[in-house]
Amino acid sequence: MNEIKKDVKPAKVIGVPRPLIDGPEKVSGKALYTADFIPYDHMVGRIFRSPVAHANIIEVDTSKAEALEGVLGVVTGDDCDEGFGVLPIARYEYPMARERVRYRGEPVAAVAAVDVETAQKALDLIEFKYEELPAYFTSEEAMAPDAVSLHEHREGNIERDVDYDLGDVDGGFADADLVLEREYNCAEICQVQSEPHAAIAEYDAERDYMTVRASTQVPFYVHLMLAKTLKMDQSRIRMIKPHIGGGFGCRTECLNVELICALLARKAKGTVRLVVNREETFITHRGRPETDVKLKVGMKKDGTITAVDCQAIQRGGAYGGYGIVTILYAGSLINGIYQLDAVRYNGLRVLTNTPPPGAMRGHGTVDVRYGFEAILDELSVELGLDPIEVRRRNLLKEPYETLNEMFINSYGLPEALDIVEKESGWKDKRGKPGKDGDGKYRGLGVGCAHYPCGASKPVNWTGEPHATVHLKLDWDASITVLTGAPEIGQGSSTMVAQCAAEVLGLDMTRFQVHSGDSKLVPKDNGAYSSRITYMVGNASIEAAQNLKTILVEAAAKKLDARPEDIECLGEVYRAASQDEGLTFEEVVMAALEGTGTITVKGNFDTLPESHGTKKFRGGAIGGSMAYAYAAEVVQVAVDPDTAEVEVEQVWVAQDVGRALNPLSVEGQIQGSVWMGMGQAFCEGTRFHNGLPITGNMLDYRVPSIVESPPIDTHIVESVDPNGPYGAKEAGETSLAAFIPAYTNAIADALGVRPIDLPVTPDRLMELIEARETEERVAAARDSSVAAE
Amino acid sequence: MSDDAKQSAVRCTLNGRPRRDFVPDNMLLVDFLRETVGLTGTKIGCDGGECGCCTVLIDGEPRHACLTLAAVCDGAEIETIESLDTGGRLAAIQRGFNEKLGAQCGFCTPGMVMAAEGLLRENPNPTDDDIRAGLAANICRCTGYVKILEAVHFAADELAGRDKEAAA
Repeated sequence: MNEIKKDVKPAKVIGVPRPLIDGPEKVSGKALYTADFIPYDHMVGRIFRSPVAHANIIEVDTSKAEALEGVLGVVTGDDCDEGFGVLPIARYEYPMARERVRYRGEPVAAVAAVDVETAQKALDLIEFKYEELPAYFTSEEAMAPDAVSLHEHREGNIERDVDYDLGDVDGGFADADLVLEREYNCAEICQVQSEPHAAIAEYDAERDYMTVRASTQVPFYVHLMLAKTLKMDQSRIRMIKPHIGGGFGCRTECLNVELICALLARKAKGTVRLVVNREETFITHRGRPETDVKLKVGMKKDGTITAVDCQAIQRGGAYGGYGIVTILYAGSLINGIYQLDAVRYNGLRVLTNTPPPGAMRGHGTVDVRYGFEAILDELSVELGLDPIEVRRRNLLKEPYETLNEMFINSYGLPEALDIVEKESGWKDKRGKPGKDGDGKYRGLGVGCAHYPCGASKPVNWTGEPHATVHLKLDWDASITVLTGAPEIGQGSSTMVAQCAAEVLGLDMTRFQVHSGDSKLVPKDNGAYSSRITYMVGNASIEAAQNLKTILVEAAAKKLDARPEDIECLGEVYRAASQDEGLTFEEVVMAALEGTGTITVKGNFDTLPESHGTKKFRGGAIGGSMAYAYAAEVVQVAVDPDTAEVEVEQVWVAQDVGRALNPLSVEGQIQGSVWMGMGQAFCEGTRFHNGLPITGNMLDYRVPSIVESPPIDTHIVESVDPNGPYGAKEAGETSLAAFIPAYTNAIADALGVRPIDLPVTPDRLMELIEARETEERVAAARDSSVAAE
Repeated sequence: MSDDAKQSAVRCTLNGRPRRDFVPDNMLLVDFLRETVGLTGTKIGCDGGECGCCTVLIDGEPRHACLTLAAVCDGAEIETIESLDTGGRLAAIQRGFNEKLGAQCGFCTPGMVMAAEGLLRENPNPTDDDIRAGLAANICRCTGYVKILEAVHFAADELAGRDKEAAA
């Protein structure tokens, strides 16, 4: 008989900072990532990659490699004639190139061998004959009139040309007191997630059954593409997602790694482990495309924005990937942060002979947001206005419908601005030019950003709910949360359990979460676009409510009371306050009587009005149930002799709707800010004739702990009407705001305004020197005028 | 092939247990740990000395296991992430990373924790700058390092028996 404690209260789970549910495994080395599965009888997979950027394939002769002792399987483009890709309308990439290679490092063939050395030897024996074609490494080259098309169905190398023209843009510019036009070049960047890509495929030839473990954010999409490219019935595939060493969008779509691994496993009839190295991970890419942003913004003397005209050209690499969505997002997310009444956008996604970028953290919005917030700052300064006041002048009032039919129901940007203004000492510190005592120039800059909470219309539209969660309750009175939501380090498993625990009033210790085994958990679209908290969190709440209904009914029957009279205190269910009630275990046993193990389901679907319409092209893209908002202030200290910039402090306030787990939310915000910092000051890929020359973590510099600043983190809770407990996204919004806050701070410090990203010391030094030259020329002119 | 390579006898202490192995002369310590012994807590995040994910302690000093040959570890005392929790309890530095959210995806964590453990043994009371210097060779892409600093301070305070609340 269980003891009933007198002062039982439902456990409070939401809003309480707590470590991650899988934290102990991670800090003790017990968490298993894909490459940690090392079966004794596995074969080593290796990929043969194209040495040229653009060529017709004449022959891939693998006969010598196949003849080598210890080689158990070789595959080439001939082994798979099914294209893959995340968008149903752009599946024209193959696991291994067929007929043509289109970027340097593109997979051409692969081998499975008994060990690494044999696999490497086999690669050396593959004879690749090709006829080179002209290759294009910039958007401009690829768009030249005489350029050869990379793909026959993409004339002129344009993957997508999108434009919209909403409101009276020309009238808006005519009404403006000041119109500025600027062009920003933002370098291509990579996620550089900690875990290089890996897959392990186990082919059971007896049953014709494939089990794949892979480092992916989207096990379901990988499952789909495995079935397609292997031409296998999807029921004969089991997709498992182990622990994942970060994503940031580098694996929000199926990659060639998983597909090649499975093709090899089937060919060699066994288990193949394909762990690609860091350089190959860079080549697999899927980062943020190089983007040329051309912006024209009009402003009135009081700071009101009158019109926006934006052009974005993205260097899209050799294949579509998420490209069409990226270029549409870049345009649609101009809206939804300020009150804008006239916006024109033209986006061009260009195909080039470089590895294909993808949907990196802050997908689509970051580079355009950078330009927008930078030009806003410049307009403010030229009009003699405070940049924070200018942002206030243009705040929208929720509920609000943007020109492109995005619905804003919660909007914490005003409060976020107030917080960073106050905490940073903005009014005292900003706009103070001149050198400080230590010889450095200091400045403050502000930037804002927003981000959706999952796309209201998924890329693979099937009519199923956006999210489904199962809760399994058994005789041991513990609850297993079954979710397809991929835990990739962002804390989704913790969040899903928290949402259910709060409904049931139970402590988290009663829960365990299984995520990411296609034969056990309900399907989930994956970890991207910040969809999980909003969608899967809501599904978890609904599942827990369904379970609670069953438990309350069981308790009512046992206590001979009506269900509506049952009070649920988490560990105790009772019929009246003086009643001793039943323990949770007793309620569970009562509920299991005659039925056995209970499994309940919860779903989430987006509201149809958030799907957008087809009134203008791309209108359905970017629509979300909610948007999170961030304001940031950055303080820099610039050494005028070296042009080295130190970020001394960041103040960030993000509206996350409701912080379900404040510890995790802080971690997400800080990580976003910091990733924005890397893009702002040091990150960028470089190629030499298509050869990646930044394919390691020394030449592709990410900030180390040494130059990483304190990040003063504030949470704003606007409580979204449709979010789970009011929550919105926490892990992407703050990235984009850092970059303009940083360049605006440099402008405040030096009076010189950086334009292109990253703002390296040599680029900044050029700007400083150009200004000095200008001043000298002006001074000389003045003195010669005076002498006359 | 590795089986043709010259092999050396290595006697070492691994996580407190004495071992005797024959290892190919070209075998990296990280491959020895992961593939021969089966200690997969030590991770490989780069192509050599870039990320710090494979940091282990050799004779108490943080070292890249991907830049160390197994054959040179004869006579050495090697400690990996798997050695830290004892008696069913996480070590202070592990509790710090868990409770302060110094680990998100967790992939850099074993190396980061071992580097921090090495630092704390040498300097039990590190300042922020000491921690920055001690962890400069370890890249984390999730946290922005803010909570890693907090995690190391948490452990230092706990080891020194300082009141956590007062320190916070």
